[in-house]
Amino acid sequence: MKKFALFIGCNIPAKVQPYETSARAVLKKLEVDIVDIKEFNCCGYPMKNTDQTAWVLASARNIALAENAGKDILTLCKCCFGSLKKANAVLKEDDGLKVKINKILGKEGLKYQGTSSISHYLSVLHDDITIDELNKKTIDHYKDLNIATHYGCHALRPSEIMKFDDPASPSLFDNLVKVTGAKSIEWASKLDCCGAPVLGINDSLSYDLTEKKLGSAKKAGADFICVACPWCHMQFDKIQNQIVSKRNKEYNLPSILYTQLLGLRLGLGKEELGIDSQENQDNENLNQVYSKLFDTKEKKLKKKRKKKKLTKKPVEKKVGKKETQSVE
Amino acid sequence: MAFDLFFNSSLILLAIGMLFKIVQWFSYKIGIQAQNSTFTERLASSLKALLGIIFSPQIAIVLKIFVLDVLFQHKILKQDVLRWIMHMLIFWGFILLFFMHALEAIVSDAILPSYYSTVNPYMFLRDFFGFMVLSGLAIAICRRFFMKIHRLSTNKMDVYAIFIVAVIILSGIFLEGAKIISFTDFRNMEEDFSALEYKEDILALEAYWVKYYGLVSPNVTDQISQETLTAGEEIHNESCLDCHTRPQSAFAGYAVSKIMKPIGGLLDRMGLVTFLYYFHILACFIGLALLPFTKMLHIITTPISLITGAIMQRDKSNPLNIATRQLIELDACVHCNTCSKTCSQGPAFDIKNNTNILPSERMLSLRQYYKTKDLASPQFTAIQEGIYLCSNCDRCTVVCPAGINLKELWYDVREEFIRSGALITPLILSPFSYNRTYNRDDFGATLSDMPARHAKSIIASRYKKKSHSKDVLSLTDTDNEFKDKRERSLQDSTFSYCFSCENCTNVCPVVMNYEKPEQVLDLLPHQMMRSIGLGLENLALGSNMLWDCITCYQCQEHCPQNVKVTDIFYELKNKVSKDCFYSQKE
Repeated sequence: MKKFALFIGCNIPAKVQPYETSARAVLKKLEVDIVDIKEFNCCGYPMKNTDQTAWVLASARNIALAENAGKDILTLCKCCFGSLKKANAVLKEDDGLKVKINKILGKEGLKYQGTSSISHYLSVLHDDITIDELNKKTIDHYKDLNIATHYGCHALRPSEIMKFDDPASPSLFDNLVKVTGAKSIEWASKLDCCGAPVLGINDSLSYDLTEKKLGSAKKAGADFICVACPWCHMQFDKIQNQIVSKRNKEYNLPSILYTQLLGLRLGLGKEELGIDSQENQDNENLNQVYSKLFDTKEKKLKKKRKKKKLTKKPVEKKVGKKETQSVE
Repeated sequence: MAFDLFFNSSLILLAIGMLFKIVQWFSYKIGIQAQNSTFTERLASSLKALLGIIFSPQIAIVLKIFVLDVLFQHKILKQDVLRWIMHMLIFWGFILLFFMHALEAIVSDAILPSYYSTVNPYMFLRDFFGFMVLSGLAIAICRRFFMKIHRLSTNKMDVYAIFIVAVIILSGIFLEGAKIISFTDFRNMEEDFSALEYKEDILALEAYWVKYYGLVSPNVTDQISQETLTAGEEIHNESCLDCHTRPQSAFAGYAVSKIMKPIGGLLDRMGLVTFLYYFHILACFIGLALLPFTKMLHIITTPISLITGAIMQRDKSNPLNIATRQLIELDACVHCNTCSKTCSQGPAFDIKNNTNILPSERMLSLRQYYKTKDLASPQFTAIQEGIYLCSNCDRCTVVCPAGINLKELWYDVREEFIRSGALITPLILSPFSYNRTYNRDDFGATLSDMPARHAKSIIASRYKKKSHSKDVLSLTDTDNEFKDKRERSLQDSTFSYCFSCENCTNVCPVVMNYEKPEQVLDLLPHQMMRSIGLGLENLALGSNMLWDCITCYQCQEHCPQNVKVTDIFYELKNKVSKDCFYSQKE
């Protein structure tokens, strides 16, 4: 198992705190050790439009810091993920730029080498911890929950650099959702953009794109749109509310962070995951949707295994029973 | 007499200075809060709020913050242990000296049992407190000048603050040393308190003081007989002992007296004690009189900032009071650079060298800006780039040891710039703008992407747009230099492989969003690639497509020719930023 430094980025601590809370809680539950590097800065993503060298410098500094600590980077945000990984690719090809960047980093005793890898939270769950392991760790399953997975552009593309999943028909996120017993539905705009990159630059375009996604997921019967990126979450959360009030539309399709979706089935509590169900008290539709998060059934998979154990080792039977009882 | 004159003058100057500052805090404006308020309205509303706090349970929070953050400086401790040790040493050393020593007539004489500055423990404590301050200052000097802390800059005010405190303490210690060896002082004391009649007795006492109290006397030779000492001790015990502990307890002053001893007689005859006395009190009074206009003002403003920061809430507090608080906060900043050290956008400063990107330096610029509001100055261009180049991670606000709500200050000042119409920076056309629409409900901003529209109109006026022209495009004014430059740019230049299959355009979600996309976007992605291929630079650069691109990389992913469409867009956007905006500065 790689050793990771957690990269939180700028948006999460300021606007999407539950993501950090739940991500840390899940990692702790899965016994993944992480370190925090206080000196991490912005990944440089917002600088790309106006000054790409500034973006590469920002990313390179983070990577250099991780290298200094002998860690790989674990990002929560898909744009940080894309930004850092792309900067890595650019620097590997452009020696002149690398020299220039290292000259600046050298002022504070840092050096970019390009030895630390960059992984997104979902890849770590999928590839490093593995689906089998997650299946073992989940305690029960969602009974009747339809999830629309939102992959996020900057994780998938450009695929030759990101290598996150098959860019045309990805399955990584869907597999992770299935671990929880929820149904990962098929929907038309699954791989499209959430609209966040142009918010503030062209608001109506941004709203259009978000609406298109919400409409498509709703039509496919989703209860939640599931994300693993703060930008996408903000877009489907607060910006959805803006759309509701400014455009007189109603979707009632809340966004849930994957770390929360998984965390609940790992036996973590609402508070530990930063889930605030009080927020939607006056909306009957949303209340119904949220109640599905707490409607569970016993895991099928585990049951089968227990039966096997029952016949072979009767001693362990009691232990197994206790576990299921405590869950119920 | 002279003391009273100096003291009263400095107090009057301090009062005038503070009054001036208070008027500034309540009448100037920065940000968008309380734009149309008057001095009296703001003063009245803050007094009302103050009374409201005093007679409410919130007073408990005020007390808690006062103890935890003002007296114990917990916020500094959380960020930097060394700086906390430094500041605690200076703060407590100085405060204790201030009450025990400077205000001895008012405080020490009244409350301390048998207080006498030349008797232990007070004699020792005075030096100990002074030593605390000096140790703190030594750390401060190390941090500022030798430790090379990244992005820690030191300006004149920081130097002044260290200098004035050092001068006050050092002159005090030297004064003490000079007094220990002073023969003149000895004679005066002897005359006042023992009035010895016989010359031998005086000599005996002198000898005793030379031996045990560090006195430098012209009358006592190196050889002192035991008899003289015994006689001297007798007189000493009778007249002096009650009020004088041996000077070794005043370790700092004593050490200095040892250094001065070889030329002690000369120094005393030159009137060193009187000179140092006036030097010491003048340094104190200058520090006091200048307090409102120097960094030392933070001893008043920072506690205010810490307390108001803890009890005021943006959605509940009166905007008039928020406006006043923000002005006080500008003066509460001590330029400690904690924010700049933690700033997410630090690397942008490392490459752009605009100091306004760093929050601590921006505070200094804003302190100048609010007085003049000069929107045309080059300084303003730098401030607006700095304030817009902020990813709103709120880290500065979380770490600020002075409790300044930097986050809200940036929001409000940025908004003031935007509403003034003077904000011109390419950063508007980047995800840095996200925050404004995200928070539009809090701002009541009617058109949240208004700055972007303004920026786009600047771009449109520079480049020839397809939608603006009905003429047939000429290929003779193409720019081959531009084409060639592309080969050497940051990323692979691959546009020349484009054969206009239109895959990029067909998968583009932005194109798909519009019924007549060419009217909104000017050029479609494949047309962008073709324009560059043909050397029609202005067509591509002036196209709205660049700024409406959501950078989802669908085009690039689907290109059969491996044209890096999105990456090329980024490069074009960089070029527009440089040509249309940054060049104006130069």
